[in-house]
Amino acid sequence: MDQLFDVSLFNSALRMVTPILLAALGGAICSRAGLFNVGLEGLVLFGAFFAIVGNFLTGSVWLAVLFAVVCVMLFSLIFGYLSIHLKANAIIVGISLNFLALGLTSFCLRAIFHVKGAYYDKDMKGLPQLDIPLIKDIPWGGGVISGHSPLVYLAIILVFVFQYFLFRTVRGFRLLAVGENPVAAKSLGIKVTRIQYGAVLISGLLCGLAGAQLSLGQVTMFTENMTSGRGFIALVATMLGQSNPLGVAASSMLFGFMDAVSIRLQGFSMPTNFTNMLPYVVTLVMMFFFKNKSYVQEARKANESSR
Amino acid sequence: MLLNMENISKSYGPVKANSDINFTLGKGEIHALVGENGAGKTTLMRILYGMEKPTSGSILVNGKPQSFSTPADAIKSGIGMVHQHFMLFPSFTVAENIVIGQEPGKWNGFDRKAAVAAVEELSRQYGMPVDPNQKVESCSLGVQQRVEILKVLYQGADIIILDEPTGVLTPLEVKELLVAIKRLASQGKSFILISHKLQEIMEVADRITVLRDGRVTGVVDAKHTDIEQISRLMVGRDLAQMQRSTPKLGAPVLEVKGLTMPGDRGKPLVDGATFKVHAGEIVGVAGISGNGQSELIGAIAGLQAASSGQVTLTGQDVTGAPVRKIRELGLAHIPEDRYQWGAAKDATVVENGVMGHARRQQRFGLMRGRSIRKMVEGWVKRFEVKTGSLDTKVQFLSGGNLQKLIAARELAQGTPFLIAAEPTRGVDVGAMEMIHGELLKRRDEQGAILLVSSELTEILKLSDRILVMNEGRIVGELPSDEATEEQISLLMAGGKRQ
Repeated sequence: MDQLFDVSLFNSALRMVTPILLAALGGAICSRAGLFNVGLEGLVLFGAFFAIVGNFLTGSVWLAVLFAVVCVMLFSLIFGYLSIHLKANAIIVGISLNFLALGLTSFCLRAIFHVKGAYYDKDMKGLPQLDIPLIKDIPWGGGVISGHSPLVYLAIILVFVFQYFLFRTVRGFRLLAVGENPVAAKSLGIKVTRIQYGAVLISGLLCGLAGAQLSLGQVTMFTENMTSGRGFIALVATMLGQSNPLGVAASSMLFGFMDAVSIRLQGFSMPTNFTNMLPYVVTLVMMFFFKNKSYVQEARKANESSR
Repeated sequence: MLLNMENISKSYGPVKANSDINFTLGKGEIHALVGENGAGKTTLMRILYGMEKPTSGSILVNGKPQSFSTPADAIKSGIGMVHQHFMLFPSFTVAENIVIGQEPGKWNGFDRKAAVAAVEELSRQYGMPVDPNQKVESCSLGVQQRVEILKVLYQGADIIILDEPTGVLTPLEVKELLVAIKRLASQGKSFILISHKLQEIMEVADRITVLRDGRVTGVVDAKHTDIEQISRLMVGRDLAQMQRSTPKLGAPVLEVKGLTMPGDRGKPLVDGATFKVHAGEIVGVAGISGNGQSELIGAIAGLQAASSGQVTLTGQDVTGAPVRKIRELGLAHIPEDRYQWGAAKDATVVENGVMGHARRQQRFGLMRGRSIRKMVEGWVKRFEVKTGSLDTKVQFLSGGNLQKLIAARELAQGTPFLIAAEPTRGVDVGAMEMIHGELLKRRDEQGAILLVSSELTEILKLSDRILVMNEGRIVGELPSDEATEEQISLLMAGGKRQ
């Protein structure tokens, strides 16, 4: 057991958490504005791919991250236009986006890099690892906390930023209002569509960052379907955390940790297929225990008269 | 005049919702706007509130011409609206619901403490008590109404539009609201009151404008008019005085014995209800809403389970039977909440019309489209349901028109037993007369009807026998020719029968 739960496990857990957490925060912002963004998986996959493309084109890691963010925001705009403007079913749009991402990234991988399956260039630089002075010298925690890419720290900071934004600012309050009752918000002269577009763009930004962390954070490479369901896990984390930034952070931590454990277990001569299942099994089990009570309320609300 | 609306016209394609309407409002005046469903009241108010643009005409506030393209513009000019369907955020607190749109705070921060203080001050100033920290979803409808009015006052409105404000309130809450409106008017606020309840209007309004088919048919001083005159202006003809013949009682159709339904905290919602409804009679159930009437209906119709007791319909025990079986045995049901039980909002007029008739209107499992359309079209004509077409989604129908459609559908079932729960909620006087007439006709044809209504006048007008419910129990049974409004009110409030 000591071999399993050591510093490097927690260190990699924190790294694994980051893409899930960023995407889940994006999902949370969307769902707070009344849009259920099922397209997180696809958006993160786009982010991972365009981060590599950006890196390949510009040679700069930071421009690569920016490139990924901008591209993913454009794709999230498609989601926004269809579901807000054309009032298409957000779930169907999200699912289509996921399949589009899977196909388009695989296709472009061949078209741009002329490879199949994965692209890897050993000269390509990934995100730098920050060694935080002082903290890195703390015996155990230092090893866990220090030595990550800046995006990891950004994700943690963003949790608190969003918590503050949603529950302490006027803009956040209005976003909550739009999600709760768009008709009423509109009757007060609140610009409902503008706020919803804002939320979708923010989720695009976050998914772009999530993708960049995935493809540039630890390894510097892109493989087909490299998200392998992390976007869906993020979706579950959004729901489990009741779209509450702190709650979302806690549930993302759990899933990221299980992700790390599953990889670690491969080193213990466990079959890869089995360990790969682990995060998803935990997801299912968690749904048993944390029945989302707000859904019960939603159902009740939907049943009430609209008087 | 504080407000002048001059020559307002509004067309939706070929349909003229408003034509050449003039409407004025003075400071401190309560001006009622009445008319049948679809007469154009709501359109006119939506124009005033910036939700619709008039095709022609002008709006002057304090003598200055204004053009509103969004509600925010109207709010800035001191116009506020309390919508028929409350525009509240259920999971937010009372204070949050009131200050939204003009939240106190610095640098985009939301100062909730200041919001609570502002709401407390406001509620003291206008004598409308609320608890600022309570969640709106846990407030009664009366308090929610108060929150809506405070919200409008917080926005600085001098002109307050109230659209059907009393439709969902209990009689006591209605009284409180009318008192509050009068007090606010004496403090200089002006009200535009849209309502079907002419008695309430006579009680509170200074002036009354009547609309019919998008035109003004009369502007009268409340002091110099009566309900008959207004009804005539609304409907365009005299209303027939309804005569109830003496009932010819047949065999009992519905028998309820000791029906009990459990509630939270050990207090039953329905407590040992026992009664019969015979063929050829209307039994009215009176009571302040929330005293077990809804649950009683639910148990009879098979929508909710009873913990003990027995329900017999046309001689067969239907306790706990599936709804389909009960309906086949002879139940039709005009449900109390038209949106929850009565209709599917996203379905069309035809689709809603065929509900419950589908099994008869089919051949080899396929719907008989033409004959269904004919059937629904007949109802739309007869009940004067104002709808764009048979394929309009019912969510775009006004509440009263949807109610007419549901009533027509259930009456057409032709069953021996009918539950009519709030059959005329939100319906104008003309349609009310029509639905009442149909109910009485059904009774004369030896139908058995259980009428549940929170409108005492309706109960007294239609019922042969009146049951009064209080806290889940049937606390009184009176023959209607002996019953008085005072007597029933007392029983409803939990007083003893003299």
